[in-house]
Amino acid sequence: MSISTLPTRRRKSRLRFTQTNRQLAVMALPGVIVLFVMSYLPLVGLVLAFKNYVAFDGIWKSPWVGFDNFEFLFRTRAAQHITVNTLLMNSLFIVTTLSASLFIAILLNEIRLTSRYLSRFYQTSLFFPFVISWVIVSFFAFALLDSEGGLINQALAAVGGHPVSFYSEPGYWHTILVITNLWKSVGFFTIIFLAGIVAINPEYLEASLLDGASKAKQVRFVILPLIAPLIVVNFLLMLSRIFYADFGLFFNVPRNQGLLYPATDVIDTYVFRGLITTGDVGMAAAAGLYQAIFGFLLVVSVNWVIRRTAPERALF
Amino acid sequence: MSVTQPSVEIGNEAVVRQVGRRGPATSPGLSTHGRGLRTAIHVFLVGLAALFVLPLLIVISASFSSDQALSEHGYSILPRDFTLDAYRFIFAQPDVVFRAFGVSLFVTFVGSFLGVLLMAMLAWPLSRRDFRLGKPLSFYVFFTLIFNGGLVPVYILMVNYLHQRDQVTALILPYLIIPFFVLILRTYFVGIPNEIVEAARIDGAGEWWIFFRIVLPLSKPALATIGIFSVLNFWNDFLQPILYINNQHLYTLQYLLYNMIGNVSAAFPVAGGVPVPLQSVRMSMAVIATVPILITFFFVQRFFVRGATLGAVK
Repeated sequence: MSISTLPTRRRKSRLRFTQTNRQLAVMALPGVIVLFVMSYLPLVGLVLAFKNYVAFDGIWKSPWVGFDNFEFLFRTRAAQHITVNTLLMNSLFIVTTLSASLFIAILLNEIRLTSRYLSRFYQTSLFFPFVISWVIVSFFAFALLDSEGGLINQALAAVGGHPVSFYSEPGYWHTILVITNLWKSVGFFTIIFLAGIVAINPEYLEASLLDGASKAKQVRFVILPLIAPLIVVNFLLMLSRIFYADFGLFFNVPRNQGLLYPATDVIDTYVFRGLITTGDVGMAAAAGLYQAIFGFLLVVSVNWVIRRTAPERALF
Repeated sequence: MSVTQPSVEIGNEAVVRQVGRRGPATSPGLSTHGRGLRTAIHVFLVGLAALFVLPLLIVISASFSSDQALSEHGYSILPRDFTLDAYRFIFAQPDVVFRAFGVSLFVTFVGSFLGVLLMAMLAWPLSRRDFRLGKPLSFYVFFTLIFNGGLVPVYILMVNYLHQRDQVTALILPYLIIPFFVLILRTYFVGIPNEIVEAARIDGAGEWWIFFRIVLPLSKPALATIGIFSVLNFWNDFLQPILYINNQHLYTLQYLLYNMIGNVSAAFPVAGGVPVPLQSVRMSMAVIATVPILITFFFVQRFFVRGATLGAVK
């Protein structure tokens, strides 16, 4: 009896196995199709980087131009300029955002137990910019920076300073962008770090107190080492995107003012302008491909380094 | 905010606590005495919170100020020459705002609902060990994160081949599947105990039944978190309308606002030389577009908090 049931059971389970697989595949299909259309199909369009795109001819009939687009991109120094801005600003963003949010999280942790409501109030005020759209942020910034009625210029006038026309002086914009980015994102990372600190086993902190550690020492020798993995993960996630600028920030906050481009033009805004404003599709595609390739190489090599040093932290 | 402290305290400390809020910070970070340090922290954080909220206050105040006051005195924290003129102007032609509001709402709800559903439907199979395509498909999703064609090819595809110009789907399609969210959901699904799924299967349940009746209900927190981030994505988007929308009937709130930076009258055709309160109209539009998302945010704050921590735990 047992001999006769065994094969049927196995057949049944195999049937079930393929049935399961088929059902799961069908379930995944819509998402797979959307990704194929929106992410894989466009890869074909990368040939545009090697063509002089003429809208009427479409992708395939537009003439090949070899590496002309890239040559132009690099000869006009546009490539260097937007690359420097992208990398510089993103590096500044990473350093300022991570250190500021870490600092604030440590402060919040200190008062978390003694003043619950205030602590929540601080978190809410620091986090709310995260949900404000970049278009609206540009209005906020305008109310502060406007050369006539802006609050900063009012303050300058009050102390007898000269008014500054922020929207035509690129010199201020690296600072302005860093502050705007900090304002928008510091709450988010503060919450991440605070959650990490809260999760620390209180026994460690108590033990350090018994040993007579000061607050500063506690932070330095207990809190920081224990949330180091969290810092590293977030650092790596940001590092892997360093070739990609936050388009919303760089496009909206400087209000697309040509005078400010020396400080505010990044790869993403350059690509957008080539595509929409100046209609230089081939150049835009070339800049986009350049970004994609270097972004990809960076992620892969960063990951390779992590795999060799601390494999458990590898991104993939 | 007063905190109940042990009554055995040196009087001096209490004074520091009361005065310290306004006075200079008392040696921050060094005091091993908790109170002085905490006071300093409160002073710092109150100041910081005030700075963070300041721009919002100025814009709200400007929306209630008269244009004349704005051009004479500039922006201020409290409205000067309080008036509802700007709002009255906007709602004198209510169809402009309400239509944009409607488009934004439609795109946000349909996009988030469909997006979360499709992302979960994709993430669940990926999380299953007995799904043969699990590994290759996970890579298929992941690869789009680290290499993509960028704006230009997508734009050409959308306009020339999918004919998405002036289609409402052009506002939904690009954010429907966010690879990063799919991977977060997959990680969450991996944590669902296999025994529950097995038990259902022994009872003869199909994969769809298991997905809708067991997996989704068990994953409400993760779905809510991904959902709220999707809502944010759709509601705040300004790029897709810039790329694909010309038809004024399909303007979203953000795009309407974006257009008003340059030209208010483009959005609001003015009849018969009525003076337009330009600055305050802009600011009140900003307020109108901000309020819904801010209110939502206050109610679902905990999901954001959860989301922030979900994302980091790979």
